[in-house]
Amino acid sequence: MTTPTASPTSQLTHLQRLEAESIHIMREVVAEAEKPVMLYSVGKDSAVMLHLARKAFYPSPPPFPLLHVDTTWKFKAMYELRDRMARESGMELLVYQNPEATARGINPFDHGGLHTDMWKTEGLKQALDKYGFDAAFGGARRDEEKSRAKERIFSFRSANHRWDPKNQRPELWNLYNARKAKGESIRVFPISNWTELDIWQYIHLENIPIVPLYFAAKRPVVQRDGLTIMVDDERFRLRPGEVPEMKSVRFRTLGCYPLTGAVESEAATLPQVIQEMLLTTTSERQGRAIDHDQAASMEKKKQEGYF
Amino acid sequence: MSVTTTQESSYQADALIAADIDAYLLQHQHKSLLRFITCGSVDDGKSTLIGRLLYDSKMIFEDQLAALEADSKRAGTQGQNIDFALLVDGLAAEREQGITIDVAYRFFATEKRKFIVADTPGHEQYTRNMVTGASTADLAVILIDARKGVLTQTRRHSYLAHLIGIRHIVLAVNKMDLIGYDQEKYNAIVADYTKFAASIGINSFTPMPISGFMGDNITTKSENTPWYDGVPLIAQLETVELDVTADQQKPFRMPVQWVNRPNLDFRGFSGLISSGTVRPGDTIRVLPSGKTSTITRIVTIGGDLEQAVAGQSVTLCFADEIDCSRGDVICIADAPAEVADQFEAVIVWMADEALIPGRPYWLKLGTQTVTATVQAPKYQVNVNTMEHMAAKTLELNAIGVANLATDRPIPFEPYATSHTLGGFILIDKITNATVAAGMLHFALRRSQNVHWQALDISRETHAGLKNQKPAVLWFTGLSGAGKSTIANLVEKKLVRMNRHTFLLDGDNVRHGLNKDLGFTEADRIENIRRVGEVAKLMTDAGLIVITAFISPFRAERQMVREMMAGGEFIEIHIDTPLADAEARDVKGLYKKARSGALKNFTGIDSPYEPPQTPEIRIDTTKLTPEEAADLIIERLIP
Repeated sequence: MTTPTASPTSQLTHLQRLEAESIHIMREVVAEAEKPVMLYSVGKDSAVMLHLARKAFYPSPPPFPLLHVDTTWKFKAMYELRDRMARESGMELLVYQNPEATARGINPFDHGGLHTDMWKTEGLKQALDKYGFDAAFGGARRDEEKSRAKERIFSFRSANHRWDPKNQRPELWNLYNARKAKGESIRVFPISNWTELDIWQYIHLENIPIVPLYFAAKRPVVQRDGLTIMVDDERFRLRPGEVPEMKSVRFRTLGCYPLTGAVESEAATLPQVIQEMLLTTTSERQGRAIDHDQAASMEKKKQEGYF
Repeated sequence: MSVTTTQESSYQADALIAADIDAYLLQHQHKSLLRFITCGSVDDGKSTLIGRLLYDSKMIFEDQLAALEADSKRAGTQGQNIDFALLVDGLAAEREQGITIDVAYRFFATEKRKFIVADTPGHEQYTRNMVTGASTADLAVILIDARKGVLTQTRRHSYLAHLIGIRHIVLAVNKMDLIGYDQEKYNAIVADYTKFAASIGINSFTPMPISGFMGDNITTKSENTPWYDGVPLIAQLETVELDVTADQQKPFRMPVQWVNRPNLDFRGFSGLISSGTVRPGDTIRVLPSGKTSTITRIVTIGGDLEQAVAGQSVTLCFADEIDCSRGDVICIADAPAEVADQFEAVIVWMADEALIPGRPYWLKLGTQTVTATVQAPKYQVNVNTMEHMAAKTLELNAIGVANLATDRPIPFEPYATSHTLGGFILIDKITNATVAAGMLHFALRRSQNVHWQALDISRETHAGLKNQKPAVLWFTGLSGAGKSTIANLVEKKLVRMNRHTFLLDGDNVRHGLNKDLGFTEADRIENIRRVGEVAKLMTDAGLIVITAFISPFRAERQMVREMMAGGEFIEIHIDTPLADAEARDVKGLYKKARSGALKNFTGIDSPYEPPQTPEIRIDTTKLTPEEAADLIIERLIP
């Protein structure tokens, strides 16, 4: 890993300032929370967050575990990278799967919105309750979506995990108030002020490992409901007449593979991916099925406890 | 819709991205960061301006634009035109009301800089939101509606931006299209503002005529204002001098966030450097202890650094094993920060519940959290007229100047010198809410000049002579619950056991030490504080102190608890239902309170906050006073 080093009285670059800010936030949480955890979704934002955590606490390993709230429907390549990064970082990896979702066989083909709700929203609440975590790092960024632009860096959740957008604590300077009552918890977003371009550029500069699915390659896909979906394993239910085709595709965002749209692309290196992103005309979250439901849908989901 | 602005700079960037992405990345990598705030009310076109900046810097994607066009037709206020304000008014509640409630952060970049915009509401009831957004800003864009000129709200926004220490101010006279780009009207507004700005200490600002809706003087100079000889808004934002190097020229300071101790061979101190530069070999001083050592290493995962500067998060190692922990400030040895425990500060109140002078709050400054009490304000500032008004407290959104005291000396710098070591927040000890933000002006007295009298006879000596462990038995409960009765019995039993005790009772203290105090909330707090201090002196003398006060507020009992040595404060809740206490009414006080003859009576028109985890709880519906006293003795002396 390389470290951005400042020359005497140098103007720090915006990435150096963002890095310093994120590290400061993580250290504040570790100093003030009783039992922090890092939510690790294996995507590019998680990759950057994990990288920053390793920098923040070096030579100690980050003093908290990684928590993957698993839906069992992620891409195979994500599970591989997840396990590798846990090994390399020396951190404990906790994988949580909602037992009720397992028992009822909740899946993206039959259950639509319930799939996200039970595996992710409910799964996250259950996992936080089970382990008694009082602070959870998440990789959300303010540039992603309108309701996130107003989220604090330290975001308070009631004992039943609800977010009240009208009752947020003022956050001044870089002073964070991490005090809370028993049962309440904080979600902390250390990369709030990073943009998608910052994330990619930092991955590029720091050579951070990411899931290969972000790069274009020939992959078996089908067209469905306006999205290009990859057939990642034998559980994929092909509809009558659907035949997977090999196409050069990549993913701008990663989630459950049957719900994540690919884009046709030849971008096989990071600069090419960044180039494509900068020249593209659609926003990052467009590839996610869950945002299309209704206006301000993310705000609703967050009030219910979705990250 | 009409877009008068060309998007030349964006197109140039696109060309570079397409032709040579590596060159583009290199350029982007070296961009600096400007954080700014836009101040103005909804009617000033603030959200429209931000939407326009995002749109013109191509931060809006086609799918967002399509959604925006649809939204504009449904909820917009601009007819069939694109309503840029809808891009930034995020929360559903805000859309319904058509106003921006919270602080929203937006991001865009040009070839020269990256920008983070804090979009804050303009109404007076959202002063706290504006202060929040301004606290991290380098520059403020103050919007004026050209049709209306300098208004009360313009003055308020300017005052707040100046108060929070923003050095660069852009006066954007907006909606020029609606006054026909009239130069004279513009000049009159600027002259008007110049007079006002000087009166509050703003020495320089940059005025410009713009239209956020039409795009005049946003990215390029507008043909509609040929008489304007300044630069467009974006150019101003791109070129305004940043203050990042100025911080690096100041003496070195780093508040310690976390002690990094992976094993016995490594001990490092992690933090964000707030000012100055540090190199191995530098002699440093740790405050408040004043101990000195030498920097041996600046540790990062990529290898040790030869130097680090303000704005970087690092881990430092010392040559000596000196005490240093979270909250301490590492300073260059020959120019350390000050240490004090009494200050004058300006305070912005942010909570619905008003400031209670004398009540202990948590104060967080840098990485230290201490207990602080705020005195009654010297004055409150009318944020619309800048007049000083007399005030007994500070309500939501009020700004005032007051003295405050911390329970221990803390390293600090005046806010004008250091936002990190002079800016603080106050936190309610019960609700944990952030109730205020403050900026230290100066220390009322240097605490290095005040030395505790070193005593030859220690408190241990006093206690040892009496062959006992000092303690405070703090009885709390409703009037008539039986506190004094049980406290008296406990004392008698302790004396029979040859223990040295003293009973502090509400009445005996009220007739002497505290005869100047009444029964308002503030006076009741001061009453308890004094009793706490007296009890503390008595425990220093080795006594077992028994107190019997209603002491209805949790925060004050907590304050006294924190004054005492660990384990010496024993909270005893005499728990009686209000109905029982009222039925008993030994002194006839409840009757008076019910009739209205007695105000602020606990349980009737003033709350009693029962302890959540008292050391001992006595249920008077189950125990006689004699049994209660026995139980307390048993728990005290097992």
